[in-house]
Amino acid sequence: MKAYFFKRLIAMFITLWLIITGTFFLMHSVPGSPFNEERTTNEAIQKNLEAYYQLDKPLIVQYGNYLKALVKFDLGPSIKKSSQTVNDMLGRGFPVSFELGMYTLIVALISGLILGVVAALRHNGIIDYLAMSIAVLGISIPNFVMATVLIQQLAVNLPIFPVATWSSPQHMVLPILALATGPMAIIARLTRTSMLEVLTQDYIKTAKAKGLSPVKIVFKHALRNALLPVVTVLGSLAASILTGTFVIEKIFAIPGMGKYFVDSINNRDYPVIMGTTVFYSAILIFMLLLVDIAYGVLDPRIKLHKKEAK
Amino acid sequence: MEKVLQVKDLHVSFSTYGGEVKAVRGVSFDLHKGETLAIVGESGCGKSVTSQSIMRLIPEPPGKIRGGEIIFKNMDLIKLKEPELRKIRGANISMIFQDPMTALNPTITIGEQIMEGIIQHEKLTRAQAKRVAVEMLTLVGIPNPEIRLKQYPHQFSGGMRQRIVIAMALVCRPDVLIADEPTTALDVTIQAQILELFRDIQKKTGVSIILITHDLGVVAQVADRIAVMYAGRIVELGTRREIFYKPQHPYTKGLLQSVPRLDAEKGELVPIPGTPPDLFSPPVGCAFAARCPYAMEVCDRVYPFKTHLSEQHQVDCWLQDERAKKLVSSFK
Repeated sequence: MKAYFFKRLIAMFITLWLIITGTFFLMHSVPGSPFNEERTTNEAIQKNLEAYYQLDKPLIVQYGNYLKALVKFDLGPSIKKSSQTVNDMLGRGFPVSFELGMYTLIVALISGLILGVVAALRHNGIIDYLAMSIAVLGISIPNFVMATVLIQQLAVNLPIFPVATWSSPQHMVLPILALATGPMAIIARLTRTSMLEVLTQDYIKTAKAKGLSPVKIVFKHALRNALLPVVTVLGSLAASILTGTFVIEKIFAIPGMGKYFVDSINNRDYPVIMGTTVFYSAILIFMLLLVDIAYGVLDPRIKLHKKEAK
Repeated sequence: MEKVLQVKDLHVSFSTYGGEVKAVRGVSFDLHKGETLAIVGESGCGKSVTSQSIMRLIPEPPGKIRGGEIIFKNMDLIKLKEPELRKIRGANISMIFQDPMTALNPTITIGEQIMEGIIQHEKLTRAQAKRVAVEMLTLVGIPNPEIRLKQYPHQFSGGMRQRIVIAMALVCRPDVLIADEPTTALDVTIQAQILELFRDIQKKTGVSIILITHDLGVVAQVADRIAVMYAGRIVELGTRREIFYKPQHPYTKGLLQSVPRLDAEKGELVPIPGTPPDLFSPPVGCAFAARCPYAMEVCDRVYPFKTHLSEQHQVDCWLQDERAKKLVSSFK
């Protein structure tokens, strides 16, 4: 097991390095620079700025410097917001995004699983159609539409929840709902499909022939086998939800890290682009590792490591 | 002889887009205590549907039990509600399915899968249940049962898994064991071992077995009585000796002739020409008439009466009628 994790760790670093390298050179190949603005800056000032941020050096040197800093977990300064470092930005934004994301994931997972299981058990019945209609709506309605509808109905028309900002539990309800519908729908549809398949398996018939109750059959025998495909999507879903979403955070004025992704690209704020990408990739890679571990826990046939020699 | 289970005039249908398939059309038989009754017939003759109906395991819908009675311990299983059925399934009547590779849940240890049945039906602690499970694994011939309990199905071979499935079915000491093609998915040497195990278990526990199979070799080894099914009906029923040595129904004869024999004069097998009838609209008369070399006009029109040839032996065939016998003898 130790050897397995060591191997995985190395593979993770190589993956991350490839992502860093790719992003770095792609980013610099995009025309424009942080100082390309409407009003032209004095050439001398621009030269000075570039020298200050070391943008005048050859690309390969810049790349080397970036990697050197990264090893010390230093993501560099923001060019546009010169008083802040990228580490500050992520340090402030991520906890908020993570909190929102965590609750969203929990809500999406629980409601998605319930919808999916119930739909599968009432296959082709009214409940199935109802659940799947909800799921299709959830997938097709973009979350910014969902967010505005929720604000209109539950904050303006019926002032139950606050309209925006982020402080008390009441503030969290609407953004969580808006953010959770999409993932919930995906999870519900996947769960339904995979439950339907599992329910036709012979071992479900065996369980019935033993006289087990439907509740036991579903939870003990069916659900666990049906979860594998759900866990697969959950990894990437979790990574994207936990690192914040631009639109929802913007609509609800949540101080998460979602906005940095978009702002940094518009501004060609090179260190921030790199910082957010590296951070997102690291989280994604970590989630995929968790998914692989979850596979091994759910299905004993999946071995993470080679059998130890006896 | 004590009757453990009585099936009377069972009718089972499945509704499909094409219409209603009448899979079982009036099956009746008794199961005696401690015997092995084999139900044989080709694919689609209704033998599995019959057996699954006894446990009420056919999916409803699309399946539907249209009529008949299944009497077990003075109860009609057809009239029972789900919760009552659950108390019988696994406890009094249990079932072994065809493919041991898929009949076990891959994500649960075999110990847990064996124990959950006892825990469901009898008020035992986990420790007691475990002891019973170990006992059962020993009974079905699995070495090191304590260690094996903690393993998962994929760590066992096909034959071992079938032994586990059998242990699982026997764990509550049922009165009736229904084995649906229990050896079909196994290779021949393992088949012999499993059949030996069935005989051994029957001797030790006195369980009555309904053995569903299309393999006459298996039947010859373990069955006390044999029911031959064709197109949803039992066409001939008798002791093993009667069916193998004095088959009366042309279908039974055809079935026996289509089995490879070492002592046959010709090297060729004699297949039964034609295919079974369409069960969407089964024939009014004898369903085998269209393939039967002895078919008479009456066979197409009226289903033959049951003729009792001995205490055990019964057959549905017009050839048993006095008039037909006279006709046949007049040709000779």
